[in-house]
Amino acid sequence: MDYIKAFITGGVICIIGQILIDKTNLTPARILVIFVTAGAILTALGIYGPIVEFGGAGATVPLPGFGYALAKGAIKGVKDSGVLGAFTGGVTAAAGGITAAIVFGYLAAVLFDPKEKS
Amino acid sequence: MSMHRMGGQTLLLTQNPPKIISRATIVGKKEGEGPLAEYFDKILEDDLWGEKSWEKAERRMYVEAAELALKKAQKEPQDINYLFGGDLLDQIISATFAARSLGIPFYGLYGACSSMTQTISLAAPLLDGGYADNVLCVTSSHFCSAERQFRYPLEMGVQRPPTAQWTVTGAGGVLLSVNGEGPCITHVTTGKVIDFGMKDANYMGAAMAPAAADTFRAHFEDTGRGPDDYDLIVTGDLAKYGRELTIDLLKRDGYDIEDRFIDCGCEMFNESQDVHAGASGCACSAVVLAGYLLKKMEDGDIKRILMASTGALHSIITSQQGDSIPGIAHAIAIEKKG
Repeated sequence: MDYIKAFITGGVICIIGQILIDKTNLTPARILVIFVTAGAILTALGIYGPIVEFGGAGATVPLPGFGYALAKGAIKGVKDSGVLGAFTGGVTAAAGGITAAIVFGYLAAVLFDPKEKS
Repeated sequence: MSMHRMGGQTLLLTQNPPKIISRATIVGKKEGEGPLAEYFDKILEDDLWGEKSWEKAERRMYVEAAELALKKAQKEPQDINYLFGGDLLDQIISATFAARSLGIPFYGLYGACSSMTQTISLAAPLLDGGYADNVLCVTSSHFCSAERQFRYPLEMGVQRPPTAQWTVTGAGGVLLSVNGEGPCITHVTTGKVIDFGMKDANYMGAAMAPAAADTFRAHFEDTGRGPDDYDLIVTGDLAKYGRELTIDLLKRDGYDIEDRFIDCGCEMFNESQDVHAGASGCACSAVVLAGYLLKKMEDGDIKRILMASTGALHSIITSQQGDSIPGIAHAIAIEKKG
């Protein structure tokens, strides 16, 4: 049942992205930023938390999940260490994701050459 | 009015009408799997062609297409008075770096994808006026280098929307001469920059269609000719949606070109090749002209064509700053005498 919930949640998020690509003039970079920001705002409003509880990795792996981690980290940071935590908490919470993106991105760039899709 | 002009935008070449005496085409692997494969001189095995970058591969295609056009006409670089060339990259580096090794007096032109008929538009009157005997016109483009230049680097793996076009990997060239045998360039109609306010760099056919329609209308008005005077009317790379828009725009002006109108961007690839709206790029109209259309003229299947390569004159900076995409189209009339 968890798998089905994760599949549906992740699928709905991706459908929204696909509709934005097909039906609007938004560039992929803008859609990316919108998704991350939307994740953070929805978390702050208390909406994304329940979605994560329902969909699990289906909600945390797509881009809004990154916004969710940032917002949750910032909230926790404020609780732990005051206003300064709002600045450090988000990145601390998302550090694993950020470092993984850099390391694996670099490795992929070193190991592979991009090619035209055949 | 000057004696060799017709109307506002058209030149009539009657003194020494330049002939296309030789043609050469090189295309990438994907283009070589398309419906026009048999018409191309050379098909690459992969998009790098043994070079370190796509830009280097593109300029090598340019050089080899130029050399092949010379070889077919049994000419040496020193026989050629001018090389007119262009491509899509910043500072037109494919053409200029190729010209470095070709050693022919060179004019680099930027007209985006309109480069092929742009170069011929300028070369033809030089020949007709007696200022040159042989002029080589070559243009090139490369899917991978153009994506990096205008949209996103391929490494990013960005999804392409349905209206996106596929830049042709290839280089095409024609050798124009006052001597020898071949179809003649009889008219040149220079296009204006037209902008209907389209902003989507993934929908360039629609941005260029008004320019194509405007140039064709000017050609018909200047020359007194109509669509019926041509066996084929050709645009460079409007693709599916731009082609339909051009037909509609010209119908409003009273010209029905639909039954004899093809777009090089629609001819390059099969539906199954997943290129979305169609092909684009400097090489698109270059290789379709030099490979397919001129072969059809040689075979006698078509006698007279009106062709306009179409260009979208935006840069990555103007796109990022939210400017619209201006279009341009230059038309040439090619006729096989006799």
